[in-house]
Parts: sequence; C-alpha cells; structure tokens
Amino acid sequence: MDPAFMLATFLQLLGGIPLTLQLAVISVSAGAVIALLLALMMRSGASILVWPARGYVFFMRGTPLLVQIFLIYYGLAQFAVVRQSLLWPILREPYWCAILALALNTAAYGAEVIRGGLQAVPHGQIEAARACGMSGLLLFRRIIFPIALRHALPVYGNEIILMVKATSLASIVTLAEVTGIAQRLIAETYRAIEIFICAGLIYLAINFLLTRAIALVEHRLSAHLRGASRPRDDRAIMQAAVDATHY
Amino acid sequence: MSYFELMGFGPLGWGLPMLEAAAMTFAVAVAAMAVGAVFGTIGAAAKLSRSRIAHAVADGYTTVLRGVPDLLVIYLFYFGGSAAVTAVGHYLGAEGFIGVPAFLTGALAVGIVSGAYQTEVIRAAVLAIPRGEIEAARAFGMSRWKCNRRIVLPQVVRFALPGMGNVWQAVLKETALISVTGLVELLRQSQIGAGSTRQPFAFYMTAAAIYLLFTAVSTWLLSRVEMRAMRSVAKA
Repeated sequence: MDPAFMLATFLQLLGGIPLTLQLAVISVSAGAVIALLLALMMRSGASILVWPARGYVFFMRGTPLLVQIFLIYYGLAQFAVVRQSLLWPILREPYWCAILALALNTAAYGAEVIRGGLQAVPHGQIEAARACGMSGLLLFRRIIFPIALRHALPVYGNEIILMVKATSLASIVTLAEVTGIAQRLIAETYRAIEIFICAGLIYLAINFLLTRAIALVEHRLSAHLRGASRPRDDRAIMQAAVDATHY
Repeated sequence: MSYFELMGFGPLGWGLPMLEAAAMTFAVAVAAMAVGAVFGTIGAAAKLSRSRIAHAVADGYTTVLRGVPDLLVIYLFYFGGSAAVTAVGHYLGAEGFIGVPAFLTGALAVGIVSGAYQTEVIRAAVLAIPRGEIEAARAFGMSRWKCNRRIVLPQVVRFALPGMGNVWQAVLKETALISVTGLVELLRQSQIGAGSTRQPFAFYMTAAAIYLLFTAVSTWLLSRVEMRAMRSVAKA
C-alpha cells in the first residue's frame, strides 16, 4: 500500500462522482414517474392496460440490465428508421442511452414496489375518504398516495441504492463515472486492490448517506405513528428504519 | 438474411454458438451460486456465532460487497487475480504475464458477491427456526451435530428457499457482467455476432429472450419446489 498513490487515485476518482450522481438522480426520478404509471396500469383492471404493463415488468426484470443498455445503445442503431429519426441525436449519445436504460429498468422494479404499497392501503381509509365526499384525483392525492408512499419507501430505498450501484454499468458504454475511471486506472497500473478500496469507499459513502436520508424521510412520514405522549426515542426509531432498509 | 437464417443452424447460422454460450452462462451461474453458498454458510455461521470478531468480519463482508458495484468486484478479481498470480509465478521462476481463466475469476467474483446476499438469507432462515424445537431436540439427548443435521438443516433449507430463489435470479443476470473479462458467455457471444453481422438488435434481443427463458423457467421451478417444501407447514 502506497499512501501517495492511494491519495492520487482517490482524487482522480472523486472527479467521477458528479457523473455517477447525475446518472442515478435522473434515472431514479424519471424511473419513478414511469413506475407510478405502470403500477396504476396494473391496478386499473382493464386488461388492455394490465397486460402491457405486466409484460413490460416481466421483460425488464427477467433480463440483465447490461443487455438492456446494449439493446438501446447498439441495438437500435441497426434500424435506418432510428438513425434518421428526430431522436437520433439523443440515442447516439452513450450518456442518454445509459440514462434511458437505467430509468426503464428501475421503472419495472419500482412499479412492483409501488403496486405493493398501493395494495397495502387499508380499505377502510378509502371508504372513510369516500364517505367524506372525496373521489378521483383528490382521494388519490390526499389519502391513497401518502399511505402507499409510506409503505413503499423502505423497499424503494433499497431500489435506489441498487440503482446507484447499477450506474457503474454506464462505464461499459464509455462513460467515465467512478467505476469507469477506476477501470481505466486499474488497466493502466494493475494495482487493482488499492484502486478497488478507493472506489469502494466512494460507493459505500454515497450509499451510507442515502440510507440515512431515506431513514430520515421515513421518520418524518411516520410522525403520526409515534405517540405524542411517549418520550421521543429518535435513535431507536432511526435504527429500526435503517434495519428495515437492510432487511 | 432472415432472422431464422441468422440464428439458425445452417452454414451461416449463429444458432450453435449462441446455444453453447447459453450453456456457458448457465454453468457460470451454477458455479457462482455454489461459491456463494460456501461463503454464505460461513458468513451466516459467523454472524450467528458469539465471537465478536467473527461477527465484525462477517458484517464487514456483507456491508462492503452489498454496497459496492458488482462490476468493480469483477474488475478487482480479473486484474487483481492475474497480477497476484503473475507475482507468485515470478517468485517461482516463471516469466511474463500469467492470466487467470476468465471462468474462474467470473464465478469467484459473482459468487463472492452473491455470498454476501446468501449470508443474510441463511441467517434469517436459521433465526426463523423456533428455539423450542432445538431445545426439545437437545432434551431428547441429540448431540449438537445430530440436532443440526436432523432439526436445523432441513428447516433452514425450507425457510431459505424463497430468498435463495431471488439470489439465483440475480446471479443469472449478473453473469452478463462477466462478459467484460472476455469469457464467451451469452452476452459476449452476442457482441461477437453483432460485430461480425452488423445486426446488433437481433443478437441482443435473442440474448434477452434466452435470459428471459432462464429466469422464467427458474421462477416456475422454484415455486413448485417451494410449494413442496412447505407442504408440512400449516397455511395461515
């Protein structure tokens, strides 16, 4: 172990963090929107909506993400129609292809999580809301969605962490995010262990902060479940939330 | 050339190489799963043991390997493995660069990552066994080993099945990453085919279909096995 080399490596790898975070944030947020749509389609009961959504989730969860990235980045270019289309300037960029693949992939996993959350909304709550005169979007926005979100959040947190790790695959389509830089450095110096430690520390730090952030959001969202009269034991609740995310 | 000629078994068809590659994917996945089972068992035993050191080591193992991208672990094994073997080789008097077989590095890398997940699955399965059953077995005069073999192990297998099924699905898909080391599994073969025929979509879609077949058949089989394993457990 050579401290000077480790420091130099670490500083170089830090340069990849913005790209890693960009890929993760954009694909997770875009994926969440698609996931919500898919979950609503699966729950709609109309088979014309249910089956396409189920087929999509089946395909995306049953095939490797790397194959999906290659399908979008290399595969689509096989068709002249795509190469001449308006979308070509986007589809020939590895950056956008990686984001597209990551978002489409996480959407399938997210859809199942959200579907589970929606399923967990107690029927009585919906009936009570209806009795109060709520319906449609208002019912969804005020009652169903917040309760479902609370149920889904711990599992969705796991999915977000998996996505941070999945951004590393973007390096295979030439993007220089943390893993991409690490791979280049390893191939140049063959000092795999030192570089692995530096890159690993960066991912562990990102995922640790994410776990904490999700636990915090969970804590905020479950304020009504903690008795007001009981003394607040934030540390125990935080720990329980962290444990839940780690199953 | 039509799709069926392209993926067929004729003189210009890629059918046979693709099938061989699919078999390679399956073989690597099985090997990785086996490596993972060894690490998972040791990890679970360490996490359940009273030794604080063993517990801390196992905790570190699962935290790091579940928090770091698998691709990075594959690079570590691929480059680090050959560097280590070359160093040992030089020490023993060999010359030049010595590579490690891609199958071995791939199975080890994916296996050690899956071992971290299997550790949690096995640990949870052991904890799911009612304490009373173990106490009863001991009260009957069974030795520790006999109790493990007759009471603990069969139930661990039963309770671990759903989790192991998930790990297996993940391992199957993760083997695609081994293609970066040059091992000719399904994805690498598709890359080769796509490169020489300029029909990437056809090849990657075929690869996707084969992965889908693997995962779908596994899901179906696992649900059958699970149902059989749970037949003696009362349904709630």
